[in-house]
Amino acid sequence: MSIAPVPKMEARGLRIGFYNERIKRQLNVLDGIDLSVAEGELVCIVGPSGCGKSTFLGAIDGLTRINGGQVLIDGKVVTKPGPDRAMVFQHDSLFPWRTVLQNVVYGIELQGRVGKAEMRERGMDLIDLVGLKGFEDHFPHELSGGMRQRVNIARALAPDPELLLLDEPFAALDAQTREFMQVELLKILSRAKKTALFITHQIDEAIFLSNRVAVFSARPARVKEIVAIDLPKERTLALKHQQNFRDLQEHIWRLIEEESARTGLVTAG
Amino acid sequence: MSATIDTATQTAEAEESFAGPRVSFLARHESTIVGTASVIAFLFFWEYAVHAKWVNALFTSSPLRIIVAGADMVKEGTIWQDLATSGLEFGLGYGMAVAIGVPLGILMGWYKRLNSVLEPFVNALYATPRIALLPLIVIWFGIDLGSKVAIVFLSTVFPILVNTMVGIRTIDRDFVKVARSFGASDRQLFLTVALPSSVPFLLTGLRLGLGHALIGIVVGEMYGATSGIGYMMAVAGSTFQTDRVMVGIIIIAASGMIMTHMLKLIEQRFEKWRVDSRG
Repeated sequence: MSIAPVPKMEARGLRIGFYNERIKRQLNVLDGIDLSVAEGELVCIVGPSGCGKSTFLGAIDGLTRINGGQVLIDGKVVTKPGPDRAMVFQHDSLFPWRTVLQNVVYGIELQGRVGKAEMRERGMDLIDLVGLKGFEDHFPHELSGGMRQRVNIARALAPDPELLLLDEPFAALDAQTREFMQVELLKILSRAKKTALFITHQIDEAIFLSNRVAVFSARPARVKEIVAIDLPKERTLALKHQQNFRDLQEHIWRLIEEESARTGLVTAG
Repeated sequence: MSATIDTATQTAEAEESFAGPRVSFLARHESTIVGTASVIAFLFFWEYAVHAKWVNALFTSSPLRIIVAGADMVKEGTIWQDLATSGLEFGLGYGMAVAIGVPLGILMGWYKRLNSVLEPFVNALYATPRIALLPLIVIWFGIDLGSKVAIVFLSTVFPILVNTMVGIRTIDRDFVKVARSFGASDRQLFLTVALPSSVPFLLTGLRLGLGHALIGIVVGEMYGATSGIGYMMAVAGSTFQTDRVMVGIIIIAASGMIMTHMLKLIEQRFEKWRVDSRG
Protein backbone atom coordinates (compact mmCIF):
# COMPACT_ATOMS: atom_id res chain seq x y z
CA MET A 1 0.00 0.00 0.00
CA SER A 2 1.88 3.01 -1.26
CA ILE A 3 0.38 6.46 -1.17
CA ALA A 4 0.58 8.12 -4.58
CA PRO A 5 1.73 11.74 -4.70
CA VAL A 6 -1.74 12.98 -5.67
CA PRO A 7 -4.45 11.01 -3.91
CA LYS A 8 -7.41 9.77 -5.97
CA MET A 9 -9.78 11.44 -3.55
CA GLU A 10 -9.06 14.01 -0.92
CA ALA A 11 -11.41 15.72 1.52
CA ARG A 12 -9.93 18.85 3.11
CA GLY A 13 -11.57 20.29 6.20
CA LEU A 14 -15.01 19.27 4.99
CA ARG A 15 -17.80 20.92 6.97
CA ILE A 16 -21.52 20.37 6.52
CA GLY A 17 -24.43 21.67 8.55
CA PHE A 18 -28.17 21.67 8.12
CA TYR A 19 -30.68 24.11 9.49
CA ASN A 20 -33.09 22.13 11.61
CA GLU A 21 -36.62 23.53 11.42
CA ARG A 22 -37.79 21.83 14.59
CA ILE A 23 -35.14 23.09 16.97
CA LYS A 24 -34.60 26.30 14.95
CA ARG A 25 -30.88 25.84 15.04
CA GLN A 26 -28.01 25.10 12.69
CA LEU A 27 -26.98 21.50 13.19
CA ASN A 28 -23.38 20.66 12.41
CA VAL A 29 -22.96 17.21 10.94
CA LEU A 30 -19.39 17.22 9.70
CA ASP A 31 -16.83 19.32 11.55
CA GLY A 32 -13.78 19.43 9.34
CA ILE A 33 -13.15 16.02 7.85
CA ASP A 34 -9.69 15.35 6.43
CA LEU A 35 -9.40 12.10 4.56
CA SER A 36 -7.54 10.97 1.49
CA VAL A 37 -7.80 7.78 -0.51
CA ALA A 38 -4.97 6.60 -2.73
CA GLU A 39 -5.45 5.08 -6.16
CA GLY A 40 -6.56 1.46 -5.95
CA GLU A 41 -7.17 1.67 -2.23
CA LEU A 42 -10.34 0.63 -0.41
CA VAL A 43 -11.07 2.72 2.65
CA CYS A 44 -13.95 1.94 4.98
CA ILE A 45 -15.65 4.47 7.20
CA VAL A 46 -17.17 3.38 10.49
CA GLY A 47 -18.56 5.44 13.33
CA PRO A 48 -21.41 5.75 15.80
CA SER A 49 -24.92 5.66 14.34
CA GLY A 50 -26.05 8.96 12.88
CA CYS A 51 -22.57 10.49 12.91
CA GLY A 52 -22.80 11.70 9.33
CA LYS A 53 -21.09 8.95 7.36
CA SER A 54 -23.72 8.95 4.62
CA THR A 55 -23.70 12.75 4.51
CA PHE A 56 -19.95 12.59 3.95
CA LEU A 57 -20.36 10.15 1.08
CA GLY A 58 -23.12 12.30 -0.41
CA ALA A 59 -20.76 15.27 -0.32
CA ILE A 60 -18.01 13.33 -2.12
CA ASP A 61 -20.55 12.34 -4.78
CA GLY A 62 -21.66 15.96 -5.08
CA LEU A 63 -25.26 15.31 -4.06
CA THR A 64 -24.98 17.13 -0.72
CA ARG A 65 -24.01 20.81 -0.52
CA ILE A 66 -20.97 21.51 1.60
CA ASN A 67 -20.52 24.51 3.87
CA GLY A 68 -16.77 24.54 4.07
CA GLY A 69 -13.67 22.76 2.92
CA GLN A 70 -13.10 21.02 -0.38
CA VAL A 71 -13.48 17.71 -2.13
CA LEU A 72 -10.74 16.96 -4.62
CA ILE A 73 -10.69 14.17 -7.16
CA ASP A 74 -7.28 13.73 -8.77
CA GLY A 75 -6.37 17.11 -7.30
CA LYS A 76 -9.36 18.90 -8.90
CA VAL A 77 -12.17 20.42 -6.85
CA VAL A 78 -15.62 18.92 -7.48
CA THR A 79 -19.01 20.36 -6.54
CA LYS A 80 -21.58 18.26 -8.39
CA PRO A 81 -22.05 14.62 -9.46
CA GLY A 82 -19.77 13.58 -12.28
CA PRO A 83 -18.89 10.47 -14.24
CA ASP A 84 -15.63 10.13 -12.27
CA ARG A 85 -17.61 9.02 -9.19
CA ALA A 86 -20.41 6.50 -8.78
CA MET A 87 -22.60 5.73 -5.83
CA VAL A 88 -23.91 2.35 -4.69
CA PHE A 89 -26.84 2.93 -2.37
CA GLN A 90 -27.98 0.78 0.52
CA HIS A 91 -31.34 0.07 -1.06
CA ASP A 92 -30.42 -1.32 -4.43
CA SER A 93 -32.96 1.08 -5.98
CA LEU A 94 -32.89 -0.77 -9.28
CA PHE A 95 -35.49 0.60 -11.65
CA PRO A 96 -38.20 -2.08 -11.59
CA TRP A 97 -39.33 -1.27 -15.12
CA ARG A 98 -35.90 -1.93 -16.59
CA THR A 99 -34.27 -5.29 -17.20
CA VAL A 100 -30.94 -6.13 -15.60
CA LEU A 101 -29.11 -5.02 -18.75
CA GLN A 102 -31.11 -1.81 -19.05
CA ASN A 103 -30.43 -1.03 -15.40
CA VAL A 104 -26.71 -1.64 -15.78
CA VAL A 105 -26.33 0.68 -18.77
CA TYR A 106 -28.46 3.46 -17.20
CA GLY A 107 -25.49 5.73 -16.45
CA ILE A 108 -24.02 5.31 -19.94
CA GLU A 109 -27.43 5.94 -21.47
CA LEU A 110 -27.74 9.26 -19.62
CA GLN A 111 -24.36 10.39 -20.91
CA GLY A 112 -25.62 9.63 -24.41
CA ARG A 113 -22.14 9.37 -25.88
CA VAL A 114 -22.07 5.79 -27.12
CA GLY A 115 -24.29 3.90 -29.54
CA LYS A 116 -26.74 1.13 -28.69
CA ALA A 117 -24.48 -1.74 -29.73
CA GLU A 118 -21.51 -0.50 -27.75
CA MET A 119 -23.71 0.20 -24.74
CA ARG A 120 -25.04 -3.34 -24.86
CA GLU A 121 -21.56 -4.80 -25.18
CA ARG A 122 -20.31 -2.82 -22.19
CA GLY A 123 -23.39 -3.83 -20.19
CA MET A 124 -22.90 -7.52 -20.97
CA ASP A 125 -19.24 -7.33 -19.95
CA LEU A 126 -20.23 -5.88 -16.58
CA ILE A 127 -22.99 -8.42 -16.03
CA ASP A 128 -20.39 -11.07 -16.67
CA LEU A 129 -17.99 -9.34 -14.28
CA VAL A 130 -20.45 -9.43 -11.39
CA GLY A 131 -21.29 -13.06 -12.16
CA LEU A 132 -24.82 -12.65 -13.50
CA LYS A 133 -24.35 -13.95 -17.03
CA GLY A 134 -27.67 -15.23 -18.39
CA PHE A 135 -29.76 -12.91 -16.21
CA GLU A 136 -29.47 -9.83 -18.45
CA ASP A 137 -33.10 -9.94 -19.57
CA HIS A 138 -34.57 -10.61 -16.12
CA PHE A 139 -36.41 -7.92 -14.24
CA PRO A 140 -35.20 -6.90 -10.76
CA HIS A 141 -38.21 -8.46 -9.02
CA GLU A 142 -37.11 -11.84 -10.35
CA LEU A 143 -33.74 -11.63 -8.57
CA SER A 144 -32.67 -12.31 -4.99
CA GLY A 145 -31.30 -9.59 -2.73
CA GLY A 146 -27.68 -10.57 -3.36
CA MET A 147 -28.16 -10.64 -7.11
CA ARG A 148 -29.82 -7.24 -7.04
CA GLN A 149 -26.87 -5.75 -5.19
CA ARG A 150 -24.57 -7.23 -7.86
CA VAL A 151 -26.64 -5.44 -10.51
CA ASN A 152 -26.44 -2.29 -8.42
CA ILE A 153 -22.65 -2.53 -8.33
CA ALA A 154 -22.49 -3.23 -12.06
CA ARG A 155 -24.68 -0.19 -12.69
CA ALA A 156 -22.30 1.99 -10.69
CA LEU A 157 -19.28 0.61 -12.58
CA ALA A 158 -20.84 1.17 -16.02
CA PRO A 159 -19.80 4.80 -16.63
CA ASP A 160 -16.27 3.65 -15.70
CA PRO A 161 -15.90 5.83 -12.59
CA GLU A 162 -12.53 6.42 -10.93
CA LEU A 163 -14.00 6.25 -7.47
CA LEU A 164 -16.75 3.98 -6.23
CA LEU A 165 -18.76 5.19 -3.25
CA LEU A 166 -20.62 2.45 -1.41
CA ASP A 167 -23.17 3.37 1.26
CA GLU A 168 -23.80 0.25 3.35
CA PRO A 169 -24.56 -1.78 0.24
CA PHE A 170 -24.89 -5.10 2.07
CA ALA A 171 -26.85 -3.88 5.10
CA ALA A 172 -30.12 -5.30 3.80
CA LEU A 173 -28.70 -8.74 3.04
CA ASP A 174 -28.78 -11.78 5.28
CA ALA A 175 -25.55 -12.66 7.11
CA GLN A 176 -24.55 -15.48 4.79
CA THR A 177 -25.17 -13.61 1.53
CA ARG A 178 -23.38 -10.63 3.02
CA GLU A 179 -20.18 -12.63 3.60
CA PHE A 180 -20.19 -13.99 0.06
CA MET A 181 -20.86 -10.54 -1.32
CA GLN A 182 -17.86 -9.16 0.60
CA VAL A 183 -15.61 -11.69 -1.13
CA GLU A 184 -17.32 -10.97 -4.44
CA LEU A 185 -16.90 -7.22 -4.06
CA LEU A 186 -13.15 -7.56 -3.51
CA LYS A 187 -12.89 -9.72 -6.60
CA ILE A 188 -14.96 -7.32 -8.69
CA LEU A 189 -12.98 -4.30 -7.53
CA SER A 190 -9.61 -5.90 -8.16
CA ARG A 191 -10.70 -7.06 -11.62
CA ALA A 192 -12.14 -3.64 -12.45
CA LYS A 193 -9.15 -1.88 -10.80
CA LYS A 194 -11.20 0.64 -8.88
CA THR A 195 -10.66 2.87 -5.87
CA ALA A 196 -13.45 2.69 -3.33
CA LEU A 197 -14.85 4.37 -0.26
CA PHE A 198 -17.16 2.10 1.73
CA ILE A 199 -19.49 2.91 4.61
CA THR A 200 -20.59 0.19 6.99
CA HIS A 201 -21.91 -0.43 10.47
CA GLN A 202 -20.19 -3.78 10.69
CA ILE A 203 -16.68 -3.59 12.04
CA ASP A 204 -15.69 -7.02 10.72
CA GLU A 205 -16.91 -6.04 7.27
CA ALA A 206 -14.81 -2.87 7.40
CA ILE A 207 -11.65 -4.74 8.45
CA PHE A 208 -12.18 -7.55 5.99
CA LEU A 209 -12.61 -5.27 2.99
CA SER A 210 -10.25 -2.40 3.50
CA ASN A 211 -6.66 -1.24 3.40
CA ARG A 212 -7.49 1.39 6.02
CA VAL A 213 -10.46 2.02 8.27
CA ALA A 214 -11.40 5.59 9.10
CA VAL A 215 -13.24 5.88 12.42
CA PHE A 216 -15.53 8.90 12.63
CA SER A 217 -16.29 10.57 15.92
CA ALA A 218 -19.84 11.25 17.12
CA ARG A 219 -21.64 14.20 15.57
CA PRO A 220 -20.37 16.72 14.65
CA ALA A 221 -18.03 14.21 13.06
CA ARG A 222 -14.28 14.40 12.71
CA VAL A 223 -11.86 11.65 11.82
CA LYS A 224 -11.05 10.12 15.19
CA GLU A 225 -8.46 7.67 14.00
CA ILE A 226 -7.32 5.99 10.85
CA VAL A 227 -6.53 2.34 11.43
CA ALA A 228 -4.20 0.65 8.97
CA ILE A 229 -5.26 -2.93 8.27
CA ASP A 230 -2.18 -5.12 7.99
CA LEU A 231 -3.78 -8.21 6.57
CA PRO A 232 -2.64 -10.20 3.53
CA LYS A 233 -3.68 -8.66 0.22
CA GLU A 234 -5.60 -11.81 -0.67
CA ARG A 235 -8.57 -11.78 1.71
CA THR A 236 -10.33 -15.01 2.59
CA LEU A 237 -13.18 -15.56 5.02
CA ALA A 238 -10.83 -17.61 7.19
CA LEU A 239 -9.02 -14.39 8.11
CA LYS A 240 -11.97 -13.40 10.24
CA HIS A 241 -11.03 -16.07 12.77
CA GLN A 242 -7.40 -15.02 13.20
CA GLN A 243 -6.14 -13.31 16.31
CA ASN A 244 -4.88 -10.13 14.62
CA PHE A 245 -8.28 -9.72 12.94
CA ARG A 246 -9.94 -9.96 16.34
CA ASP A 247 -7.48 -7.49 17.85
CA LEU A 248 -8.29 -4.95 15.14
CA GLN A 249 -11.97 -5.57 15.70
CA GLU A 250 -11.64 -4.92 19.40
CA HIS A 251 -9.55 -1.81 18.89
CA ILE A 252 -12.08 -0.25 16.49
CA TRP A 253 -14.99 -1.29 18.67
CA ARG A 254 -13.37 0.54 21.60
CA LEU A 255 -12.99 3.70 19.55
CA ILE A 256 -16.64 3.67 18.54
CA GLU A 257 -17.76 2.86 22.06
CA GLU A 258 -15.85 5.87 23.42
CA GLU A 259 -17.65 8.08 20.95
CA SER A 260 -21.05 6.60 21.66
CA ALA A 261 -20.47 7.05 25.37
CA ARG A 262 -19.57 10.70 24.80
CA THR A 263 -22.98 11.39 23.29
CA GLY A 264 -24.75 9.28 25.87
CA LEU A 265 -25.79 6.54 23.44
CA VAL A 266 -23.95 3.98 25.55
CA THR A 267 -22.92 4.37 29.16
CA ALA A 268 -19.16 4.00 29.55
CA GLY A 269 -18.32 1.01 31.68
CA MET B 1 -12.60 -17.36 -2.42
CA SER B 2 -12.77 -20.77 -4.02
CA ALA B 3 -14.76 -21.46 -7.15
CA THR B 4 -17.02 -23.91 -5.33
CA ILE B 5 -18.32 -21.30 -2.93
CA ASP B 6 -19.00 -19.09 -5.89
CA THR B 7 -21.12 -21.63 -7.76
CA ALA B 8 -22.97 -22.54 -4.59
CA THR B 9 -24.24 -19.01 -4.01
CA GLN B 10 -25.13 -18.71 -7.63
CA THR B 11 -27.37 -21.78 -7.65
CA ALA B 12 -28.95 -20.89 -4.33
CA GLU B 13 -29.80 -17.47 -5.64
CA ALA B 14 -31.04 -18.76 -8.96
CA GLU B 15 -33.36 -21.34 -7.46
CA GLU B 16 -35.69 -18.71 -6.07
CA SER B 17 -36.73 -17.63 -9.54
CA PHE B 18 -37.88 -21.05 -10.72
CA ALA B 19 -40.57 -21.75 -8.15
CA GLY B 20 -44.08 -23.02 -8.92
CA PRO B 21 -45.42 -26.40 -7.81
CA ARG B 22 -47.64 -28.37 -10.21
CA VAL B 23 -51.33 -28.44 -9.33
CA SER B 24 -54.12 -30.33 -11.05
CA PHE B 25 -56.40 -28.59 -13.56
CA LEU B 26 -59.37 -28.77 -11.17
CA ALA B 27 -57.49 -27.28 -8.27
CA ARG B 28 -56.07 -24.48 -10.36
CA HIS B 29 -59.43 -23.44 -11.80
CA GLU B 30 -61.53 -24.20 -8.75
CA SER B 31 -62.91 -20.71 -8.26
CA THR B 32 -63.77 -20.34 -11.97
CA ILE B 33 -65.59 -23.66 -12.04
CA VAL B 34 -67.54 -23.00 -8.86
CA GLY B 35 -68.37 -19.47 -10.02
CA THR B 36 -69.70 -20.64 -13.39
CA ALA B 37 -71.78 -23.36 -11.73
CA SER B 38 -73.35 -20.89 -9.33
CA VAL B 39 -74.32 -18.53 -12.17
CA ILE B 40 -75.89 -21.40 -14.16
CA ALA B 41 -77.79 -22.56 -11.07
CA PHE B 42 -79.10 -19.05 -10.51
CA LEU B 43 -80.33 -18.76 -14.14
CA PHE B 44 -82.18 -22.09 -13.86
CA PHE B 45 -83.77 -21.04 -10.59
CA TRP B 46 -84.86 -17.70 -12.11
CA GLU B 47 -86.43 -19.39 -15.13
CA TYR B 48 -88.15 -21.98 -12.94
CA ALA B 49 -89.49 -19.34 -10.54
CA VAL B 50 -91.22 -17.63 -13.50
CA HIS B 51 -92.61 -20.93 -14.87
CA ALA B 52 -93.93 -21.97 -11.48
CA LYS B 53 -95.57 -18.54 -11.21
CA TRP B 54 -93.81 -17.67 -7.98
CA VAL B 55 -93.06 -14.27 -9.48
CA ASN B 56 -94.63 -12.17 -12.24
CA ALA B 57 -92.54 -12.18 -15.42
CA LEU B 58 -93.80 -8.68 -16.24
CA PHE B 59 -91.61 -7.40 -13.40
CA THR B 60 -88.81 -9.91 -13.20
CA SER B 61 -88.50 -11.09 -16.81
CA SER B 62 -86.65 -14.41 -17.23
CA PRO B 63 -83.49 -15.66 -18.92
CA LEU B 64 -85.40 -17.14 -21.89
CA ARG B 65 -87.51 -14.02 -22.35
CA ILE B 66 -84.36 -11.87 -22.34
CA ILE B 67 -82.82 -14.07 -25.03
CA VAL B 68 -85.95 -13.81 -27.16
CA ALA B 69 -86.11 -10.04 -26.68
CA GLY B 70 -82.45 -9.76 -27.63
CA ALA B 71 -83.04 -11.80 -30.79
CA ASP B 72 -86.02 -9.62 -31.72
CA MET B 73 -83.99 -6.47 -31.31
CA VAL B 74 -81.29 -7.87 -33.56
CA LYS B 75 -83.94 -8.79 -36.17
CA GLU B 76 -85.49 -5.31 -36.01
CA GLY B 77 -82.04 -3.84 -36.43
CA THR B 78 -82.54 -0.93 -33.98
CA ILE B 79 -80.04 -2.42 -31.56
CA TRP B 80 -77.15 -1.74 -33.94
CA GLN B 81 -78.07 1.90 -34.19
CA ASP B 82 -78.21 2.14 -30.38
CA LEU B 83 -74.91 0.34 -29.95
CA ALA B 84 -73.23 2.53 -32.56
CA THR B 85 -74.48 5.72 -30.90
CA SER B 86 -73.40 4.70 -27.39
CA GLY B 87 -70.10 3.31 -28.67
CA LEU B 88 -69.30 6.52 -30.51
CA GLU B 89 -70.16 8.63 -27.46
CA PHE B 90 -67.97 6.47 -25.29
CA GLY B 91 -65.06 6.38 -27.75
CA LEU B 92 -65.01 10.13 -28.34
CA GLY B 93 -65.52 11.10 -24.69
CA TYR B 94 -63.06 8.61 -23.26
CA GLY B 95 -60.51 9.28 -26.00
CA MET B 96 -60.61 13.02 -25.37
CA ALA B 97 -60.35 12.45 -21.63
CA VAL B 98 -57.16 10.39 -22.12
CA ALA B 99 -55.74 12.84 -24.66
CA ILE B 100 -56.23 15.77 -22.29
CA GLY B 101 -56.15 14.16 -18.82
CA VAL B 102 -52.82 12.34 -19.19
CA PRO B 103 -50.69 15.24 -20.48
CA LEU B 104 -52.36 17.73 -18.14
CA GLY B 105 -51.90 15.36 -15.19
CA ILE B 106 -48.22 14.97 -16.06
CA LEU B 107 -47.75 18.74 -16.31
CA MET B 108 -49.60 19.37 -13.04
CA GLY B 109 -47.57 16.70 -11.29
CA TRP B 110 -44.28 18.09 -12.57
CA TYR B 111 -44.83 21.86 -12.33
CA LYS B 112 -45.84 22.97 -8.84
CA ARG B 113 -47.01 26.39 -10.01
CA LEU B 114 -49.33 25.05 -12.70
CA ASN B 115 -50.71 22.72 -10.06
CA SER B 116 -51.44 25.64 -7.73
CA VAL B 117 -53.30 27.44 -10.52
CA LEU B 118 -55.48 24.52 -11.56
CA GLU B 119 -55.89 22.55 -8.34
CA PRO B 120 -58.93 24.42 -6.93
CA PHE B 121 -60.87 23.77 -10.15
CA VAL B 122 -59.82 20.16 -10.39
CA ASN B 123 -60.68 19.50 -6.74
CA ALA B 124 -64.06 21.19 -6.99
CA LEU B 125 -65.01 19.34 -10.18
CA TYR B 126 -63.60 16.02 -8.99
CA ALA B 127 -65.67 16.23 -5.82
CA THR B 128 -68.89 17.16 -7.68
CA PRO B 129 -70.81 14.26 -9.20
CA ARG B 130 -70.47 15.28 -12.86
CA ILE B 131 -73.97 13.94 -13.49
CA ALA B 132 -75.19 17.02 -11.63
CA LEU B 133 -73.90 19.09 -14.54
CA LEU B 134 -76.19 17.34 -17.03
CA PRO B 135 -78.90 20.05 -17.20
CA LEU B 136 -76.18 22.60 -17.91
CA ILE B 137 -74.53 20.40 -20.50
CA VAL B 138 -77.82 19.81 -22.32
CA ILE B 139 -78.39 23.57 -22.43
CA TRP B 140 -74.95 23.99 -23.97
CA PHE B 141 -74.74 20.97 -26.28
CA GLY B 142 -78.33 19.89 -26.93
CA ILE B 143 -79.60 16.33 -26.69
CA ASP B 144 -77.49 14.89 -29.51
CA LEU B 145 -74.03 13.39 -29.55
CA GLY B 146 -72.36 16.50 -28.15
CA SER B 147 -73.91 16.45 -24.69
CA LYS B 148 -73.11 12.74 -24.18
CA VAL B 149 -69.52 13.12 -25.33
CA ALA B 150 -69.21 16.05 -22.95
CA ILE B 151 -70.60 14.15 -19.98
CA VAL B 152 -68.42 11.10 -20.68
CA PHE B 153 -65.41 13.37 -21.02
CA LEU B 154 -66.14 15.20 -17.77
CA SER B 155 -66.83 11.95 -15.92
CA THR B 156 -63.59 10.39 -17.08
CA VAL B 157 -61.05 13.14 -17.31
CA PHE B 158 -60.71 13.80 -13.58
CA PRO B 159 -59.91 10.31 -12.31
CA ILE B 160 -57.36 9.99 -15.13
CA LEU B 161 -55.86 13.40 -14.50
CA VAL B 162 -55.68 13.10 -10.73
CA ASN B 163 -54.13 9.63 -10.77
CA THR B 164 -51.54 10.58 -13.38
CA MET B 165 -50.65 13.64 -11.31
CA VAL B 166 -50.26 11.61 -8.14
CA GLY B 167 -48.10 9.10 -10.03
CA ILE B 168 -45.72 11.80 -11.23
CA ARG B 169 -45.60 13.42 -7.82
CA THR B 170 -44.91 10.31 -5.77
CA ILE B 171 -41.64 9.29 -7.36
CA ASP B 172 -39.48 7.18 -5.09
CA ARG B 173 -36.85 9.53 -3.64
CA ASP B 174 -34.24 6.78 -3.91
CA PHE B 175 -34.76 6.65 -7.67
CA VAL B 176 -34.29 10.40 -7.86
CA LYS B 177 -31.05 10.09 -5.88
CA VAL B 178 -29.77 7.39 -8.23
CA ALA B 179 -30.64 9.43 -11.32
CA ARG B 180 -29.05 12.59 -9.89
CA SER B 181 -25.99 10.65 -8.83
CA PHE B 182 -25.54 9.58 -12.45
CA GLY B 183 -25.79 13.24 -13.40
CA ALA B 184 -29.33 13.19 -14.81
CA SER B 185 -30.73 16.52 -16.00
CA ASP B 186 -34.30 17.55 -15.14
CA ARG B 187 -35.42 16.36 -18.54
CA GLN B 188 -33.70 13.00 -18.13
CA LEU B 189 -35.11 12.62 -14.62
CA PHE B 190 -38.57 13.16 -16.05
CA LEU B 191 -38.18 10.77 -18.98
CA THR B 192 -36.31 7.96 -17.23
CA VAL B 193 -37.82 8.05 -13.73
CA ALA B 194 -41.02 10.10 -13.35
CA LEU B 195 -42.75 8.91 -16.51
CA PRO B 196 -42.16 5.14 -16.27
CA SER B 197 -42.81 5.01 -12.53
CA SER B 198 -46.20 6.70 -12.95
CA VAL B 199 -47.49 4.13 -15.45
CA PRO B 200 -49.26 1.95 -12.82
CA PHE B 201 -51.02 5.04 -11.41
CA LEU B 202 -52.05 6.09 -14.89
CA LEU B 203 -53.59 2.67 -15.54
CA THR B 204 -55.53 2.88 -12.27
CA GLY B 205 -56.87 6.21 -13.47
CA LEU B 206 -57.91 4.70 -16.80
CA ARG B 207 -59.76 1.89 -15.02
CA LEU B 208 -61.57 4.23 -12.63
CA GLY B 209 -62.46 6.47 -15.56
CA LEU B 210 -64.07 3.53 -17.35
CA GLY B 211 -66.76 3.07 -14.69
CA HIS B 212 -67.50 6.78 -14.61
CA ALA B 213 -67.79 6.84 -18.40
CA LEU B 214 -70.43 4.10 -18.46
CA ILE B 215 -72.49 5.89 -15.81
CA GLY B 216 -72.20 9.07 -17.86
CA ILE B 217 -73.49 7.40 -21.02
CA VAL B 218 -76.45 5.67 -19.45
CA VAL B 219 -77.65 8.60 -17.39
CA GLY B 220 -76.96 11.07 -20.17
CA GLU B 221 -79.02 9.05 -22.64
CA MET B 222 -81.84 8.52 -20.20
CA TYR B 223 -81.93 12.24 -19.49
CA GLY B 224 -82.33 13.26 -23.09
CA ALA B 225 -81.39 11.52 -26.32
CA THR B 226 -82.73 10.17 -29.57
CA SER B 227 -80.86 6.88 -29.67
CA GLY B 228 -78.36 4.78 -27.69
CA ILE B 229 -78.49 1.91 -25.23
CA GLY B 230 -79.53 4.15 -22.32
CA TYR B 231 -82.23 5.75 -24.46
CA MET B 232 -83.51 2.33 -25.53
CA MET B 233 -83.67 1.25 -21.87
CA ALA B 234 -85.55 4.39 -20.87
CA VAL B 235 -88.13 3.90 -23.64
CA ALA B 236 -88.52 0.17 -22.91
CA GLY B 237 -88.83 0.89 -19.18
CA SER B 238 -91.58 3.49 -19.58
CA THR B 239 -93.56 1.04 -21.78
CA PHE B 240 -93.14 -1.88 -19.38
CA GLN B 241 -90.93 -3.95 -21.69
CA THR B 242 -88.91 -5.41 -18.84
CA ASP B 243 -87.19 -7.96 -21.13
CA ARG B 244 -85.70 -5.20 -23.27
CA VAL B 245 -84.54 -3.24 -20.22
CA MET B 246 -82.75 -6.40 -19.12
CA VAL B 247 -81.05 -6.71 -22.52
CA GLY B 248 -79.76 -3.17 -22.07
CA ILE B 249 -78.48 -3.92 -18.58
CA ILE B 250 -76.67 -6.98 -19.84
CA ILE B 251 -75.04 -5.04 -22.68
CA ILE B 252 -73.83 -2.32 -20.30
CA ALA B 253 -72.63 -4.79 -17.70
CA ALA B 254 -70.84 -6.95 -20.26
CA SER B 255 -69.05 -4.05 -21.93
CA GLY B 256 -67.99 -2.71 -18.53
CA MET B 257 -66.64 -6.08 -17.47
CA ILE B 258 -64.82 -6.74 -20.73
CA MET B 259 -63.11 -3.36 -20.77
CA THR B 260 -62.20 -3.50 -17.09
CA HIS B 261 -60.75 -6.95 -17.63
CA MET B 262 -58.64 -5.78 -20.55
CA LEU B 263 -57.22 -2.95 -18.47
CA LYS B 264 -56.62 -5.36 -15.58
CA LEU B 265 -54.52 -7.53 -17.88
CA ILE B 266 -52.40 -4.55 -18.83
CA GLU B 267 -52.20 -3.47 -15.19
CA GLN B 268 -51.00 -6.91 -14.10
CA ARG B 269 -48.01 -6.55 -16.37
CA PHE B 270 -46.96 -3.44 -14.47
CA GLU B 271 -48.21 -4.44 -11.04
CA LYS B 272 -45.02 -6.33 -10.19
CA TRP B 273 -43.15 -3.05 -10.19
CA ARG B 274 -45.13 -1.64 -7.37
CA VAL B 275 -45.05 -4.73 -5.20
CA ASP B 276 -41.42 -5.67 -5.64
CA SER B 277 -39.71 -2.41 -6.27
CA ARG B 278 -37.89 -2.91 -2.98
CA GLY B 279 -35.62 -5.81 -2.09
